[in-house]
Amino acid sequence: MAKQEYTADEMMTVAAARMLHDRVVCFVGIGLPSAAANLARLTHAPSAVLIYESGTIGAKPEVLPLSIGDGELAETAATVVSIPEIFAYWLQGGRVDIGFLGAAQIDRFANLNTTVIGDYRAPQVRLPGAGGAAEIACSAREVLIMLRHGKRAFVPRLDFVTSAGYLDGSDSRQRLGLPGSGPRAVITDLGILTPDPGSKELVLTGLYPRATVEQAVAATGWPLRVADEVAQIEPPSAAELASVSADRARPWRERMKTDATAGFGERDRNGERAEGPR
Amino acid sequence: MDSPRASVRTMALILDLRDAIREFVHDGDTVAMEGFTHLIPSAAGHEIIRQQRRDLTLVRMTPDLIYDQMIGMGCARKLVFSWGGNPGVGSLHRLRDAVEHGWPSRLEIEEHTHAGMAAAYAAGASNLPFGVLRGYLGTDLPGQNPRVKFIDCPFSGERLAAVPAIRPDVAIVHAQQADREGNVLLWGIVGIQKEAVMAARRSIVTVEELVDRLEPRANSVVLPGWIIGAVSQVAGGAFPSYAMGYYPRDNAFYRQWDEISRERDGFTQWIERHVLATEDFAEFRRSIAPPGGARSSRETDG
Repeated sequence: MAKQEYTADEMMTVAAARMLHDRVVCFVGIGLPSAAANLARLTHAPSAVLIYESGTIGAKPEVLPLSIGDGELAETAATVVSIPEIFAYWLQGGRVDIGFLGAAQIDRFANLNTTVIGDYRAPQVRLPGAGGAAEIACSAREVLIMLRHGKRAFVPRLDFVTSAGYLDGSDSRQRLGLPGSGPRAVITDLGILTPDPGSKELVLTGLYPRATVEQAVAATGWPLRVADEVAQIEPPSAAELASVSADRARPWRERMKTDATAGFGERDRNGERAEGPR
Repeated sequence: MDSPRASVRTMALILDLRDAIREFVHDGDTVAMEGFTHLIPSAAGHEIIRQQRRDLTLVRMTPDLIYDQMIGMGCARKLVFSWGGNPGVGSLHRLRDAVEHGWPSRLEIEEHTHAGMAAAYAAGASNLPFGVLRGYLGTDLPGQNPRVKFIDCPFSGERLAAVPAIRPDVAIVHAQQADREGNVLLWGIVGIQKEAVMAARRSIVTVEELVDRLEPRANSVVLPGWIIGAVSQVAGGAFPSYAMGYYPRDNAFYRQWDEISRERDGFTQWIERHVLATEDFAEFRRSIAPPGGARSSRETDG
C-alpha cells in the first residue's frame, strides 16, 4: 500500500471523536475510547466532560493515561469522587450521555464480551471481565463501541455476554428494563456500523476512504447487512491530524490498546491478540 | 446481626507491618486489599506472601499485580473480583494460570461488576445484608454467579439486582498519612478504601508517612483511628502504583511485570529472590533497583 499520512487506528479515533458533541458527558474506557474522547476535547468539543471509572470527573489529561486511575486524571479533574459514588450517583443516576466501550467480541446486536473466550468454567482465554462496562452499557443514555474489525471479534455468537447491547434485537432491550437506549454506533478500523431502527441489527452505514464493503463483509463473522447507501467518511482534517500527531509525539501509540481486550487475556498461548489478527 | 467490630479500641495500634500482618491476617480469612489504581497496598501483599498465609478468600475490585503475586504463591483459595488485568498492559499471567490450569492450585472465582462490588462494599459498611443496584441486567454473569440475584422493588415493582454485602475479616488499604493516634488521611482517587475498612471486622492501614498533625485537604478522606485496627508506616508501600503527593505510578514496572510473571519458573524465582529473601519492602525495592544507579520512578517510554 502507498505511503499513508494517517493510520487505520488514527482514522478510527478521529471517526469516533466526531461522534461526540461539545458539552457531552462521556464515561470513558481506557485505550481507544480514551484517545477518541480526548481528541474530541482537544478539537471540536472543548467542553466535553470526561468521566473515568476511577471517580475522576471532568478530567483534562495532557498525556493519555495508561490506566483509568493515573495521577494525571485526578490532578486535572474538576472533582474526584469515590467508587460507590461514581457508579451510583453519576452513572446509575442518569448523568452520563455517552458510554464509550471497547470489547474482545461483539455480535450482530452489539452485545459485548470481555469475560472469556471458550467455556466460562474451562476458559480457553480468560479476559479481564466486566469492570465498569456492564453498567455503563445499561445506564448511559447511549453507547459508542470501538473495536477493530476482524472475524475473531465480530462473531455470530458471543462466548459470554458481559455487557448488553440490543440483546436479541427489536425491543428486547427495552422489555428487560435497561434504562439507556443502547449502542448508537460501532466504530471499527474500516468504517461505522449502526443499528437498524427496527430490528436493531448492526448495518454497515459508513466507510473510510481506503476501506471497501467487501473488506468489511469479509471481516465480519455473520452475514453483514450493508446499507443501500454507504456514506463515505471524510479523512482526518488537518486539525484532527495535528491533534492526533501532537498526541503521537507523546507516548500515545503504545497507550492506544483497549484495556477491554488487554486484560487478563490480551494474548492467547500463541501470543496472538484475542480480538483477531491485525 | 453482625457487628462490624468485635471490640472497642480508643485508637489504632501503630505496629511494624510484619507484626500487623501476623496479628490481623490468619489462614482462611477473607481479606480485602483495596486501592483503585492509586494507593495499592503492595507492601502488605508482600508481607502476606512472606508469612505464607494460606486458603485466603481474596476480595478486590481490580486484582492486579499484588493479587497476581499472592495467587501465584498459593495464598488464595478464592477470588472475588470485577476486573482482573494489568491495566493498560495486558494479562495477569498468574491469575490466568490459576483459572485456566489450576496452578499452583485451583482457584475458585466469584465474579461481579464494578458497580456490583461497589454496592456490596457500601452495604457491608452500612451493616446491611445486601446491596441493590440497576445492574447485571442482560448479562451472563448472574448465570455463573449464584450470589447475584434479582429482586422486585416493593414500591415500583422494578426488577433490580441484589448482591450480598462484602464483610471481610480484614481490610488492608494504603494511605498518604497517619498521625500518632492512628488517624488516617488519604486524598486523590480514594476508590473504595473507606467502604472496605468500614465493612471489615479488622483493618490495617499502611501509610507513607507518620506525622504529628494531619492537615486534611479538600476532597480528602479521614479515617479516625478508632475505626482502624493497626497503622504501619511503609514509605513507598504502594509501589508500583502511586501515592498522590509522594511519587508517580511506575508504568515501566507494570510493563516489566508482564515478562516477570509470564512463566511459572521465572515468576517463582523472582518472588524467591525479591520477596521471600528480603526482610521488608524497603529491601525489596533495593533488590529490584538496577545495579549502579537508582531506578527512575518515572516511566521511560516516549
